[in-house]
This record gives sequence, C-alpha cells and structure tokens, in this order.
Amino acid sequence: MHSWKVVVAGEGGQGVQALAESLALAAFRGGFEALYIPNFGIEQRGGVSLAMVQISPKAIGAPKFLLADLVVALSARSISRTRQYRGANTIFIYDSSLVKAPEISDEVVGLQAYDTIAPEAFAERTAYHEEGPVKELRIARSIAIPAADMARRELHPRVFNMIILGAIVAVVKMVTLEQVKEALAEKLERRFKADPQLRELNFRALQLGYEQVAGPVHTAV
Amino acid sequence: MPQTARSEQRSFMTGNEVVARAALAAGAEYMFGYPITPQNEIMHYWRRLAPRYQRGFLQTEDELSAGFACLGAVLRGKIAFSATAGPGTVLFQEPLSMAEMMRLPVVVIVQQRGGPSTATVIYSQQEVTLTCFGGNGEGLRLVYSTSSHQELYDYTIKAFHQAWRYRFPTFVLGDGYQAKMREALFLYNPEDRGMGAVPARPLLGHKGSNGNGEPQLHLRNAFSVEEELAEILRKHLADFDEAAPYLEEHEFIGEPGANLLVVAHGIVGRAAREAVEELRREGKKVNFFRPLTLRPFPEKALQQALANSNRSMLVVESAQGQLGSLCRLASGHEALQRFDTFYRPGVGITTEEIREAVTL
Amino acid sequence: MSERSMPRCWNRESKPHRFCPGCGHGLVLKALGMAIDELDLAGRTVFACDIGCSLLAWDFFTFPSLQTHHGRTTPVMVGLKRADPDQIAVAYMGDGGGYAIGLQHLISAALRDDPITVILVNNTVYAMTGGQMAPTTLPGQKTETSPFGRDVDATGIPVKGPEMLKAVVHPEAYLARGTVAQVLKLKKAIQKGLEAQMAGHFSFIEALSTCPTNWRTSASATWAFLEKEMGDYYKVAELMH
Ligand SMILES: Cc1ncc(C[n+]2csc(CCOP(=O)(O)OP(=O)(O)O)c2C)c(N)n1
Ligand code: SF4
Ligand SMILES: [Mg+2]
Repeated sequence: MHSWKVVVAGEGGQGVQALAESLALAAFRGGFEALYIPNFGIEQRGGVSLAMVQISPKAIGAPKFLLADLVVALSARSISRTRQYRGANTIFIYDSSLVKAPEISDEVVGLQAYDTIAPEAFAERTAYHEEGPVKELRIARSIAIPAADMARRELHPRVFNMIILGAIVAVVKMVTLEQVKEALAEKLERRFKADPQLRELNFRALQLGYEQVAGPVHTAV
Repeated sequence: MPQTARSEQRSFMTGNEVVARAALAAGAEYMFGYPITPQNEIMHYWRRLAPRYQRGFLQTEDELSAGFACLGAVLRGKIAFSATAGPGTVLFQEPLSMAEMMRLPVVVIVQQRGGPSTATVIYSQQEVTLTCFGGNGEGLRLVYSTSSHQELYDYTIKAFHQAWRYRFPTFVLGDGYQAKMREALFLYNPEDRGMGAVPARPLLGHKGSNGNGEPQLHLRNAFSVEEELAEILRKHLADFDEAAPYLEEHEFIGEPGANLLVVAHGIVGRAAREAVEELRREGKKVNFFRPLTLRPFPEKALQQALANSNRSMLVVESAQGQLGSLCRLASGHEALQRFDTFYRPGVGITTEEIREAVTL
Repeated sequence: MSERSMPRCWNRESKPHRFCPGCGHGLVLKALGMAIDELDLAGRTVFACDIGCSLLAWDFFTFPSLQTHHGRTTPVMVGLKRADPDQIAVAYMGDGGGYAIGLQHLISAALRDDPITVILVNNTVYAMTGGQMAPTTLPGQKTETSPFGRDVDATGIPVKGPEMLKAVVHPEAYLARGTVAQVLKLKKAIQKGLEAQMAGHFSFIEALSTCPTNWRTSASATWAFLEKEMGDYYKVAELMH
C-alpha cells in the first residue's frame, strides 16, 4: 500500500496546523501510522505557517523530509515557500481564488479558532495574489482549487480551508471523508455542540472540496 | 485513586503530553518547573492533570530553584521531577551537580533546542555533552535518549525506577521535534506490565507521614582534604561501573561482514534506521547502531557492532560531534578503518540526507 | 512631538514592529523613544533587551542594542556601565525576566545604586512562552500554569516591584510605575529615570502593559483589563523618598 508525505502551508490564521492535525488524526483513527509536526518558533509571528504530515501502513521514519508526495499551499506566499518540497512526483494543490483569504477574528467559523500553536493566529497578512497562476513543469500534477471564492459564493468565507481539506482527502485516499469528519467532530466537539450549523457548514465544505477533485459523489442523505 | 491510563490504550498525542502522562503513570508526585519552549506543555498538562491524582506542582522563580526544590522533595522521599531545555538545562547543572555528589534520584526531562545561548526554541541535539557531563564532576548520571513517543513513554517511566534503584540523577533526553510532533503510542499502567512501585523512600528528615525508618543523617557535601573526596568519588564511580551493564541499552540492526556502521541517537536515529533499512534492501552492506543510553554509553555493544562493520562508522547528529566524541571514546583501542561524520548542529536531518551521506 | 508620529530614534527599517496587534510593548518603546529624543540621548544610549517578548525589539532603535539572556539583562548593563560610564544604559525586560529569574540582579543593582535605567514591562504573564503565570499574575487570574485561577495561598501574592525596591534604593534613585494607557506620563517617568542615571543613580520604571494574545481578549476587553483589574492592583505612581 502507498504512503503519503504531505506539506501544508499558509498564512497564520488560515488554520494550517489544525487542518494538518485533523488529517493525521483521521489517518490514525483509520488504523494507519500517522505523524504530524508543526513548524514553530519565534519567527512564526508574521511568517508562513507550515505543517508536515506522514501517513503510512508501516512505522514512520524521520519526522521531516526533503520531498513531498503532496504539497498544499493556501496562500501566495506559501506557494514559493513550499517550492523546495516539490519534485517530479509531487502533486500540488493550491488555492487559486481571486479573492483574498479570510481575515482572522474571534468568531471564526472554520477551524481557525481552536488551539493551534499560539502565535500562529497573529501572523501578518500580505497581498494574496502576488505571484499569479502556478506553472510548474517539474511536478506530477497541479490542482487549482478556487477555495476562497467557492467558500464565499456557496458557503461561508471562513470554511475555505475545509474545501482544501476535502480536496486533500480525494487525493490521499488513505483516509475517508467520514474519518476526517469524525476527526473534526472530535477536535471541535464543544463548538459543534454549541452550534450544530457549524458542523453542517464544515462538512459541506469538505464535501465540496472532495468533489472538486473526485467528481460528484452521490450519497444518500 | 483513579488509574492514570486505561490498560493498553492506543493514543495519538504530542510528545510533551506523553511525558506528562508517563510521569503520572510512573507515580511521580511533584513537579517543579519553569517555563521554557519547547517543553512548556509538559508543565501545562501536568498542572491540569495533577490535582485529579493528588500530585503537586510548583512553578518556581527559575531553573536553579526548580532543580534544588526537586532535591529537597527527593530528600523527603517524594518522586520529584522537572522538565527543561537549552539555557534552562545550563542552569540545571548546579542542582544536578549536588544530586550527583549526594546521589539524589531526581529526574529531568530535557527537550533539546538550538544553542548556544537562547538560539532557537525549535530543535537540536546539542545538549548531549551538557546532559551527560555538565556538572563540575564526573558525569555520574543516567541519560536516556528516546526516538519515538513510545520510547518517550517507556523510558520516562523507567527513568523514575532506575533513578531510585541506583540513586543517580536521571535524564530523559528528547528534543523539540519529539516535544511538538504527534504520533501514536500505547499508554499503559506500569503495574499491568508487572512493574512495581518506584522504590522511593525518605533520605533525610524525621519520621513522619512517609513511613518508617527515616535516617537521622547529617548529609555532607563539602570535604576538607583531597583524600576524603577521593574516597567518596571512588565509591560513586565504582557503583556507576558496577551498575553500567544493567543500565546500558542500545538498538542494533545488521550482521557480520558489513562495510559501514551508521550511528545516530534520538530522533535522528529514526532517519538513520530508515536510511539503513532502505540501503540494505538494495543489497548494501550497512549496519545500524543507536545508543539508547548515552550515559552510561553502551561501549561493549558499540565495539561488537564495529567488529561486524569493518571498524568503519558514520556518525550522524544534529550537533557538531557531541555524539561523535562519545563514539570515538567508546570505540576501543584498536584503530578505526573509517570515521565519517554528518554533523548538522541545530538542524533536523532527513532520511534522504543520510542516504546520500553513506559512501561505501 | 505628537503622540502619533514615530520617535526619531526608532529604526524605520525594522518597522512595522514584530509585536502582535494590540500589544503594549510597542507603546512602552514609543515612550522610551520619545524620552530619548527629548533628552537628545540617542548618540549615547545602549539598549539591551531580555529574553521574553522584549527580544523582538533587538533592532528597534537606531542606537546600539543587544539581546541578552532571560533574566540577565540587568547585570550585563551593570558591567557595560562600569566599563564606560558615558554610555546611557537601558535594560528592558518583562515581569518574568525582572521579578522571577532576574530578581536577585534587580535588587542587587538597586542596592548598589548602579546608574542604569531598568524598564520592566508588566503584562501579568510569561508571554513569549505561551502565557504561564508570572510573579505579577493577579489573584484568580487564569494562565497556562494557573488554569483554575491564581491561588495566592499556594503561590503567594502578586509582586509590586517599585514598592519592593523602595526599601533598598538610594534616596536619589528614581522609582515609578506607569501604564501604556497613559503614554505621555510614562514617557515623563522614563525621562526622569534617564536623568537619575545621568546624575549617577539607579532608576526603575515598571510599565503596565497588554498581551491580548495570551489574555485571549478582544480589543475592548484588553483595555478594560489593563485599566480596571491591573490598575486597581498596581497603582500608577512615582515612589520617591
Ligand atoms: C534560563 C531560561 N529559562 C527560561 C527561558 C524561557 N523563556 C523565554 S521568555 C520567558 C518568559 C518571558 O516572560 P516575561 O519576562 O514576562 O516577558 P514577556 O514575554 O511577558 O514580555 C521564558 C521563561 C529562557 N529563555 N532562559
Ligand atoms: S505575545 Fe503578548 S506580549 Fe508578546 S508580542 Fe504578543 S501581545 Fe505582545
Ligand atoms: Mg511578562
């Protein structure tokens, strides 16, 4: 069976760490070996937030790696920041929206609010689209998802990271949407209880992102 | 008292939480701590969980105070510990020197960060020399270097047992990666695996709540003539040598006739193991050695492994030769065929990099 | 100069600064910058910051500066001043750095009347390390290491630094507590502290400050905590002999 080395990067406040952690937790619940490691440090204030996840049927070696099987960039800055992890076999998912990423606030709907490493939530923002579309010939496949646009148009701006997570699940395949939903429900238990609509919104965003990659999925509702 | 872990429970958590849970499971009674990244969450988890299990916590004014307070608690028979990193490990050397001299079984978890000085809060393997030999003495310490969350749990529990059994201050040497990453491990109650209670007992004081037979001692730490000190040290050193074979632990992968031995410890050991396993699958004759105890160092085992590897080694570490010098010392009198190094002070090392560093 | 513009001695290349939005450190450093501008001391000042969020100010000014160790900024500046009394020595630290790990240095420098200026930022927590209890954490205040609220029976009462130092300082030393809620008043206090240093005496200014990140407060709640809770316990004042 395949194993996956994943890099997720974005601006502080985009929920990068939470997203990566949920992916790893879902894989763990699915019976795989999983390892999640955040980058952390003083420079986090204002820096790109980056996380690494590995999923494997076997014991996992070093926590960090040079080349990823999947790179996910949630912001323009993180597209260049993750360049070093992309090789000939790398799949690359990035947000291709025309709108700016959502700002953080105390009432975030997506994942941003729950505890990631503290300073992350206060990173500075930069212009979102300084780099233009991604044309990289070296990599295996590039998947552009206008997640922020879709979230704004169809759901709520703040769940754009859930759309990305849905797309990741469709690529990685070792975890199912169900497992990711369970992982989210576990992490966000209190907030989901307080606001059942939040749960619905996050799950719909996941589904939307998944379908962007896998095509429409017909589930009995 | 509620049990600290459900038996054989597979869990997914950070290394800092693992340490806090291991200390609880081992029966640690008091933590004295001072904030420092990347170990803070050990303290946070302990602080939150401790009251539930009637365990104590005090945040002291600095690491000197945390270390010496541990000594005081240990003297009264309490299983006490602390956790620190970087500049905090430096400050711990003063209380730890006293612990060495007076054979006080204090346990300290070190989550290494970049140095020297404040440097980074992230990661390194630069606290090896400090942890093994940091005091103004002979390094009468027990040092475990872990490489996974399972080992972090197992050896944190073991550290308390060995510290009290052999009466040497004991370290669990982790690092920022281990502290902050999440992976799976089995939590368990030590009793379910046949481990008894940590053999803690009061070392000083009046007979009291701690039970019976407390010694009415006059403990001493200063000596007026050289010979007096020499005699005490001779005894401590003899105890250490005698205990060493029971304390030393290592991991070895390979067989006779290899061309090279790759040596790494801690988290780098994972990358090295993976690299060696890949190379072996490709038919390369490479062996792997990982000391689990850095003090006492598994000397005989390393020499045996070298004999099986054409007396050639490649030492890999996130420091500039701290493990390297331990290995050189332990490699014996016979000359080495090769002594290659891959040193990356303060920086993580990947499997890919080690593969490239191996030349056969 | 107005309260809004940047002090002349601020290093423009390192702006915008690195503190979180709503952090009080920037305001304390603004007060310091204005004081130095007004006394025209930029050509003589050496600024040393502790390890804590103050370390983020290592290139904050145009004049020479350095980061030291957590808690050790005071003795480093004592040494520098003794080596060259013409330098104006400013030691900048947090409440953990000054009142916990570095307290013996602070008291000893005060006892010796070392002519340096110590500026201590009281934000009631260890901010850089993620919000643990500090010597200044208020009774009942929740932090990472007082998750059920600070229990003063077990951990003692919050320290009042200038009041404590008053017992040991030289009569002409300068002691004060200011707040980032009143930057101009804080600037005035720092100015007097620098003047005391120039007259050959120790000076110490505690600044009440904000840490919305670790307090987990909104802008209005941050300000309310500073002015109400902190202000009630820690009185803004000059403590003269
Ligand atoms: C010897 C040592 N122990 C611990 C630390 C970790 N440390 C870094 S900053 C800090 C606390 C900072 O708190 P404070 O001084 O109040 O400053 P603030 O961040 O709140 O401004 C600590 C404990 C260190 N750097 N050195
Ligand atoms: S953590 Fe607190 S003290 Fe530090 S920069 Fe942010 S707001 Fe300021
Ligand atoms: Mg503080």
